[in-house]
Amino acid sequence: MRLGKFALPGLRRGAVLASTVAAAIASPAACAMFAGGAVPERFGWLAVVVFAAIIGLTMYVTYRAARRVTSTQQFYAAGRSVSGLQNGWAIAGDYLSAASFLGIAGLISLYGYDGFMYSVGWLVAYITVLLVIAEPCRNIGKYTLGDILAFRNDPKTAKLMAAMSTIIVSIFYLTAQMVGGGVLVKTLIGIDYEISVIVVGVLMLAYVVFGGMVATTWVQIIKAVLLVAASILLVICTWAPYGFSLPAFLQAVVGDPKVQAQVAKLLGDAATGMDAAQLGQRFLEPGLYLKNPVDQISLGMALVFGTAGLPHILMRFFTVPNAHQARVSVLWAMAIIGGFYVLTLIIGNGAALHVGAAAIAGFDKGGNMAGPLLAQFIGGGAESALGNFFLAFVAAVAFATIVAVVAGLVLASASAMSHDIWVGVIKGERATPAEEVRAARISAMLVGAVAIIIGILAKGQNVAHLVGLAFAVAASSNLPCVLLTLYWKRCNTGGIVAGMIVGTVAAIGLVLVSPNMTYPQIERANAQKVIDAAPAKLETLQAAIDDATEAGAKEKAAKAFAKAKADLAAAQAAQEKFADQETSLVGLEKPLVSLKNPGLYSIPLGFLGVIFGSLLWRRDRRASAMWEELYVRQNTGINSEQAVGH
Amino acid sequence: MKRPNNNERQGVVMSNGSSGSGIDWLAIDADPRFRELHRRKTRFLWTLMAISVVCYFLLPIGAAYFPKSFGRKLWGPVNVGILFALSEFVIAWLIAFVYSRQASRKFDPMALELIRSVGALGSTKKTLQQ
Repeated sequence: MRLGKFALPGLRRGAVLASTVAAAIASPAACAMFAGGAVPERFGWLAVVVFAAIIGLTMYVTYRAARRVTSTQQFYAAGRSVSGLQNGWAIAGDYLSAASFLGIAGLISLYGYDGFMYSVGWLVAYITVLLVIAEPCRNIGKYTLGDILAFRNDPKTAKLMAAMSTIIVSIFYLTAQMVGGGVLVKTLIGIDYEISVIVVGVLMLAYVVFGGMVATTWVQIIKAVLLVAASILLVICTWAPYGFSLPAFLQAVVGDPKVQAQVAKLLGDAATGMDAAQLGQRFLEPGLYLKNPVDQISLGMALVFGTAGLPHILMRFFTVPNAHQARVSVLWAMAIIGGFYVLTLIIGNGAALHVGAAAIAGFDKGGNMAGPLLAQFIGGGAESALGNFFLAFVAAVAFATIVAVVAGLVLASASAMSHDIWVGVIKGERATPAEEVRAARISAMLVGAVAIIIGILAKGQNVAHLVGLAFAVAASSNLPCVLLTLYWKRCNTGGIVAGMIVGTVAAIGLVLVSPNMTYPQIERANAQKVIDAAPAKLETLQAAIDDATEAGAKEKAAKAFAKAKADLAAAQAAQEKFADQETSLVGLEKPLVSLKNPGLYSIPLGFLGVIFGSLLWRRDRRASAMWEELYVRQNTGINSEQAVGH
Repeated sequence: MKRPNNNERQGVVMSNGSSGSGIDWLAIDADPRFRELHRRKTRFLWTLMAISVVCYFLLPIGAAYFPKSFGRKLWGPVNVGILFALSEFVIAWLIAFVYSRQASRKFDPMALELIRSVGALGSTKKTLQQ
């Protein structure tokens, strides 16, 4: 392989970059940084080795890919040469973000049944993708969401709206990933938050800028395979002692005192009068986490209709050669994603049994450490080399997960910027492929820089609801537009514009006036309640300490006393923090709606937007003239974009 | 990822979204075979879609309003709720399987037949044969 053969001048920079990152991670200084996380300091080198191996592998793939990526079709759609099986794994890689990989196992470990129920919607979402989106989009689309909407509507307007929506959805999703990833890496291996955000950003940019869709696809596949392998290993080790029997395993879970204590803690006063067996069994019943059914249905709607409108998922269907392979890829994706969530049932309950909710929540309140800590336990515990190797492996997979998901999002927004806005709107479709690929690379760098900056600025913010918001916006704006332009003859440019604006504004607006925001007056009132109740509570607890005769009971009472003191201090701090604020970000004293998830209202509003927008719009000649062509093409695949060699 | 083979290399690049393709879309749209394909496909798709959405929303509704039934133990500690949630996965996979079998056995051949009779579409045929 001669260096002179490189298709890209930038590749040498890529190689230099890869070796710099690898060197930085393997250096002694880096080893010292791996301190203070879940991996004990003296086992830090293990984490370094596993991380370096995974990053090295993805960098090698990027290096190979970069030589092929010279055309727009290669950069945006991997030459349409990805097979259905490969694309299925890549979709799973794009979709199983750290939130689902670590978050759902964590929810199960802390709240039992509700965590598992929560995971169902993430799979059912793919039914919508399979039945109404994947094949038609492959048949009429080219590279982006904008291409689909531009087919029969005014191309410039449609592309502009689609690109803006793509960027909004991706930035919400991206922010949650960057912030969540930074926190996660810090918890796992103790790297500074800012450093991990920058490392994630730089790695992801290397994949996207040099390797385009080819490298991004491979990074997704590698990550998904590692993720599934790690989960299967964990499940086998957790489940085997119970002879792979579900009742025997769950019997051990419900019989565990740690699980029973967690249920008693969650139920509070409602737990009085329940015996240990009842408390344990309650862990497998609904209602410990999800309290508001309407909110849950609202979230379910955003998942089931939003996944099909996520630009980075839509984009994956342009990488396969035809509609049949698009169908095959959803089938594989459903098998992998669904199988993965079934595995989390064992992983989450295993973590509750072996690690315990208190220890898991001690590292991270959201439960994200359940899977990694279970891995450490399986390998022999915090003091064993094997245990820490397992932990390091799971941590590295989590890291690869964040980088891979972010890469998919950045590629989707960069494509929207270069293909839809720059080429479609600004240059009026007149750009050479070389110019367009360059524009896509520059766009990717811009989006990547923005992602890093947002990641650092949003440090410490609660961004968990942003993933839900990304799904809600996609479900309320992208999905109604795509669905109606594909299946409704009267749909036209006016409908696309109205649907996009109404759906996006409704979803974001409803969140801005929802209980997700911080309301200073309510915070102050809650803090005041704690402060008012504190003297009496402390007195009772003090009396309990004095009365306790056994050492164990005394210690327990002292702990409760210390906790009450800490609560009081936190309440006082909150009082001070919100002292000179009266209203939330948008000037409200209390939430206007009770729902945390906007989907229930915003999705119908998005559909109404498209319908009324279309009916009120002047007669759109192009929209009706192109209808038959679109209709025949989306159903038959005649004239669809073919895989073309270089 | 496979390299495009020779056959694909020679594939014709089709223009996207232009009416200049020389194909009479109106005629295909009016073709009774296309009408039949479309009628069958639409009915099948939206039926499956409705079933899956209803099944899915039964889960949170059941969990919220019938917690007692969900808590009934059936198989050791395994209760109705857990089996119901697991069945959601099976239902989703079943729907996907049923759709894809129907699409490969019925809809793809119907579309292919249509394409053949429209003729002169060269590279599009293999799109459906794969």
